[in-house]
Amino acid sequence: MFANHLQPNLSPETVERSPTRNGYGDGLLEAGKRDDRVVAICCDLTGSTRTDQFASEFPDRFIQAGVAEQNLASVGSGMSAMGKIPFIASYAMFSPGRNWEQVRTTICYNNANVKIVGAHAGVSVGPDGATHQAIEDMAITRALPNMVVIAPADEHEARKATLAAAKYEGPVYFRLGRSATPIVTTAETPFEIGKAIRMYTRKESNEKKVGIVVTGSLLFNALMAAEEMNKEGVGVSVLHMATVKPLDSEALIEFAKEHGNIVTVEEHQIIGGLGGAVAECLGENYPTKMVRVGVNDTFGESGEPDELIAHFGMDIPSIMNAVKKLVD
Amino acid sequence: MQYLTSEEVRSLELKANEIRQSIIEMLTEAGSGHTAGPLGMADIFTLLYFGILKHDPKNPDWEERDRVILSNGHICPVLYATLAHAGYFETEELLTLRKLGSRLQGHPHRTSLPGIETSSGPLGSGLSQAVGMALAERIDNPYSSKFFYCLTGDGELNEGQIWEALMLAGKEKLNNLIMIVDRNGIQIDGYTKDVMPLEPLAEKLESFNFDVQEVDGHNVRAVNDAIGKAQAVYSQPSVIIAHTIASKGVDVFERDFRWHGNPPGKGPEDRVTKDKQAEVALQKLRTLAGTIEAQDIS
Repeated sequence: MFANHLQPNLSPETVERSPTRNGYGDGLLEAGKRDDRVVAICCDLTGSTRTDQFASEFPDRFIQAGVAEQNLASVGSGMSAMGKIPFIASYAMFSPGRNWEQVRTTICYNNANVKIVGAHAGVSVGPDGATHQAIEDMAITRALPNMVVIAPADEHEARKATLAAAKYEGPVYFRLGRSATPIVTTAETPFEIGKAIRMYTRKESNEKKVGIVVTGSLLFNALMAAEEMNKEGVGVSVLHMATVKPLDSEALIEFAKEHGNIVTVEEHQIIGGLGGAVAECLGENYPTKMVRVGVNDTFGESGEPDELIAHFGMDIPSIMNAVKKLVD
Repeated sequence: MQYLTSEEVRSLELKANEIRQSIIEMLTEAGSGHTAGPLGMADIFTLLYFGILKHDPKNPDWEERDRVILSNGHICPVLYATLAHAGYFETEELLTLRKLGSRLQGHPHRTSLPGIETSSGPLGSGLSQAVGMALAERIDNPYSSKFFYCLTGDGELNEGQIWEALMLAGKEKLNNLIMIVDRNGIQIDGYTKDVMPLEPLAEKLESFNFDVQEVDGHNVRAVNDAIGKAQAVYSQPSVIIAHTIASKGVDVFERDFRWHGNPPGKGPEDRVTKDKQAEVALQKLRTLAGTIEAQDIS
């Protein structure tokens, strides 16, 4: 059963789609109106990252830094030292990819109030190919002390995550996608940094049980897989872990106890991201049989977003297969 | 611009000498750390904290203070010693440098110690942070008299990020930014001209829209005048290339790149054996037997 705060009648044929970066653009503009300490810095990707709405509304609070991501991170740190709330935006491959050390030393070690916005995360970047598909970004940010890591599921959640990040005091990384992502949540769906949300609850009468823990853009696929599997007689629920760090371990452990089997789903390497985080938590607290769905230790390639999601085993049938692996 | 009297110059030179002695003592006690850069920059740090800066050691977070951003974090012994002598904390604490639990980390940590504006060590990122601070100040108060002093090494200029920051500072015409390059001509592996030639440095910096001055980094009055001129520059960021002598003040250590990353007791032995290095350095400084005295007379 779908949670009641989601879009009605979710199905692959009817679901509306929009890139998560649109939600960021709206959220940033709103955050800028609410708090004049919010500033934005961008590396020649103002339109693509949707920083342009903010830039045209608040030209004095927008810095065009050119194609220079190392500088981007540290300029953000410097602005935060003077009381600003900088949102620094580029593609995730370059920030926090190329500038990881600057993110570590000048943002996290300083505990600077900088928000790192990594657009074009995941293989669904599409035809640009592997060089532009960030699938390690959550692993490299999750390892940093003081850092919060968020993967919004859709446009609405990206907007809420942007507003929440502006209010939160400290470093935050969130990733955005390029292609249109199914809109699953609504303006009413709750969002809180560090809180997992149950998005789908299994049919009680199904004896075999599997819990899917998902983050980011694949929430819709996880929900569709759960719906199908419940029809096929397996009691599958979905826990949406928008915040990958700090992990909502309490909710996760409860979820693992309830289902006894866990599938993780993320548009990211299965090493070091959500799958890694869940395995670490459950390994120490409640060892549970697991299958991780995501990119399996390889690079992406060119193709259309949906083709790539299927090719790398993150589409609805692939998630269903992962569930079956645990119960068959 | 503040003119320095001969008495003031003399008093700053004596203070710099005390700071150099503290640097030798703390590095010797730590048993590791960098010697050449801290000794070489002692005159400039002394001038900044005892002659130039708007700051309040008893209120290190005072909003209106000028900011000193140390980009080449490895020379932090001179920053720590200067802060202690200026009254930010007790000079006794200097002897905890690099020890477990100390506020004086091997490379500066912003939240550990009062007076530290940023964490640094990995080279090249301090200038970007100074640019960010200067930009933020300009948004809030375009007529502010606050200055952002960023201190960098010369070997540090090998880092690509420096040039990214220079581009942005030049583009944004940040006249509240004053960069000071410690041009001592050495880096870990040797002389800068051999490791990675920088010249013509002044022309390179000019081409990034910086106002460029070159100065003898041990001539306190000349540095003071250069900073005064930099403050007066109207529509550009400024850089002062301070020509310094690595390990200045201890003649037997001077100009030798092997003193970059070694403390007294672990340095090259051709002129002084390891067991005598700390003692000789302190004796040279106490008696002004190094080149400081020659310069004082001139």
